[in-house]
Amino acid sequence: MFAFVVRRLIGMVLVLFAITVLTFLIFFATPGVDPSRQFAGRNPQPSTIAAVKHQFGLDRPLPIRYALMMKRLFISRDLVSYGNQALKVVPAILSAAPVTFSLVFGAAVLWVIGSIAIGLIMVTFKGSFVDPLLMILALIGISMPVFWLGEVVNLITQDRFHDTFLFSWVPPLGYTPFTQDPWQWFLHLIFPWITLSILYIGFYARVLRADLLEVQNEDFVRTARAKGLSPRGVLVRHMLRTSLITFVSLFGLDFGVLVGGGALLTEVVFGLPGVGLLTYNALRSLDLPVIMATVIYGAFFITIMSALVDIVYARLDPRIRPA
Amino acid sequence: MAEFALEPRGPEVQLAPGESAREISGRSPWRIAGRRLVRNRLAMAALGLFVLIVVLCLLAPFYANHIAKTDPFESNLTGTTNVNGEEVQVVQETQGGLGLGVTPIGPTWQGNYFIGADNQGRDVMARVLYGGRASLQIGVASAVICTLIALTIALLAGFFRGWTDSVLSRVMDLIWAFPVYLLAISLATVLLTKPQGLKWGPVTIDPSSFWVPTWIIAIVYVPYVYRPLRGQVLSVREKEYVEAAISQGASNLRLMFSDILPNVITTAIVLLPLMIATTILTEAALSFLGIGVQAPQASWGTIIDDGQNLLYTRPLVAIVPGIFIVLTVLSLNVLGDGVREALDPRAKVRVRE
Repeated sequence: MFAFVVRRLIGMVLVLFAITVLTFLIFFATPGVDPSRQFAGRNPQPSTIAAVKHQFGLDRPLPIRYALMMKRLFISRDLVSYGNQALKVVPAILSAAPVTFSLVFGAAVLWVIGSIAIGLIMVTFKGSFVDPLLMILALIGISMPVFWLGEVVNLITQDRFHDTFLFSWVPPLGYTPFTQDPWQWFLHLIFPWITLSILYIGFYARVLRADLLEVQNEDFVRTARAKGLSPRGVLVRHMLRTSLITFVSLFGLDFGVLVGGGALLTEVVFGLPGVGLLTYNALRSLDLPVIMATVIYGAFFITIMSALVDIVYARLDPRIRPA
Repeated sequence: MAEFALEPRGPEVQLAPGESAREISGRSPWRIAGRRLVRNRLAMAALGLFVLIVVLCLLAPFYANHIAKTDPFESNLTGTTNVNGEEVQVVQETQGGLGLGVTPIGPTWQGNYFIGADNQGRDVMARVLYGGRASLQIGVASAVICTLIALTIALLAGFFRGWTDSVLSRVMDLIWAFPVYLLAISLATVLLTKPQGLKWGPVTIDPSSFWVPTWIIAIVYVPYVYRPLRGQVLSVREKEYVEAAISQGASNLRLMFSDILPNVITTAIVLLPLMIATTILTEAALSFLGIGVQAPQASWGTIIDDGQNLLYTRPLVAIVPGIFIVLTVLSLNVLGDGVREALDPRAKVRVRE
């Protein structure tokens, strides 16, 4: 187990290194692109371009430029965005991260509860009209663009039905930190949570249903039934527990992907000032230092999450350790 | 190769639920799959819906010329249009407030401005149909390109194994580590910031071309298709018929293309409709963020973006293209499920966002 953890962590560090190199190459070494112009924001002054050239050491060879960039990102943390009034990039990301995390965490709670419930209902009612109906609903859920769904939700809760008793409690778009007012934090995030989780509820319910149906014919399920356990007991205690292995590993990766940037569209539509909205604003003003930093942040988070998932998984299920 | 045609296909073809062995005996796997697909009513309905949407979008020029009678790419801020016999301004200045905004005409439910106009006074329905051409074209092309690249890399990695496999798989793992949208954003910002386009030797990259988002989306999803395909190549390579071909002295190319590829291609075909569904959603997201299809061209994603500012006054501008996306992606997902059940009733293939 210890050897496995060490090997996995070494692999993780190598991937982290490769991520920084690849991102650096995309932004600084794409042929035909002058990075100093791109990094200076829109319509830069010649003096800004000169300052950018100096800041990133663009007159020096590529490996030194890479080292300078990494020093600014990770050690001195003073990478400055020129497009956006000398915004310090790293602190900006760190202060936006809790918003993203709040959004993804709440959505994750909803999608775990929702998809397990729907998956169990589908399997229980297999053969009646409920199962295909829920299957179609789940498919519709995974077929909706999340930003469009968010706009429809906004239209209903912020405008068309805002003055009725149903949605008059919905606060305007935006965010209140948990530390400032937990109740307002909760109210602001309810609809973003629901919007973001619908896609995942659909996807996970389908996966869970397929896994449960596969487990149904296993010997241990037959044994449990033969022993006289109630159908519900077999379903929840024996079948669900086995099926959750796939579920848990998928969950870890999706959670990582969402915190690492996948929640961007939801943040944009609901005006939540997380890392995704930071990236989006940087994109609108072509603020390349911010985009580069958020890309590296996102990829780092995903890589670290997937290493953690592998380690937890190996701890739970000894069969995969040698692999 | 005649002697290998005798290779019993029995274990390769499995019975679908409710299918008798007699129905499939003596038929080629493709015929069997075709029969199963045609019998699947839900999948056929989905195929019908998809074809209908494609035909509607192909008719966009006809709609613009003969039904809407406007140019959906020309702004029309001062024009008027005839609604129930009355001349109405297409774009009106907003009354009250600061008087800075404009309110475009709402749905007329007739040929001209069927679901209203956007901020520029352009007919939204005609734009949605034109936008559909862009979305469908980019979605299909990027899914096909992605699958072909993944298939090639998977064949090389799975066939040569050893260090070829290690190197290729590490590169794929690296791309996999990036969040899809963020990798696409990085590529797009670098490729789109030069208005006059990039020049790489003989190749000029024109930022307004559909090929920029197409290639970006294709590259971003390669690892997602590569992983299942590589596993498939690795397992097929161990089969007896490949060993037999090797002992006959078959060349590497023949092994790859006539012995391994035909047995892997079903996995690629099963993945394709699901990939198109995914790439259409990704194209919409990138265009919504302003880094997909570039103005004056339109796609479903850019129209939803246009509609964002009009959401509370003219909600249909954002809602209608979204409904087109949902119907297209839904039909492809249902069809994809049908194709999977037809080709391999017990397979477990998933495409993840």
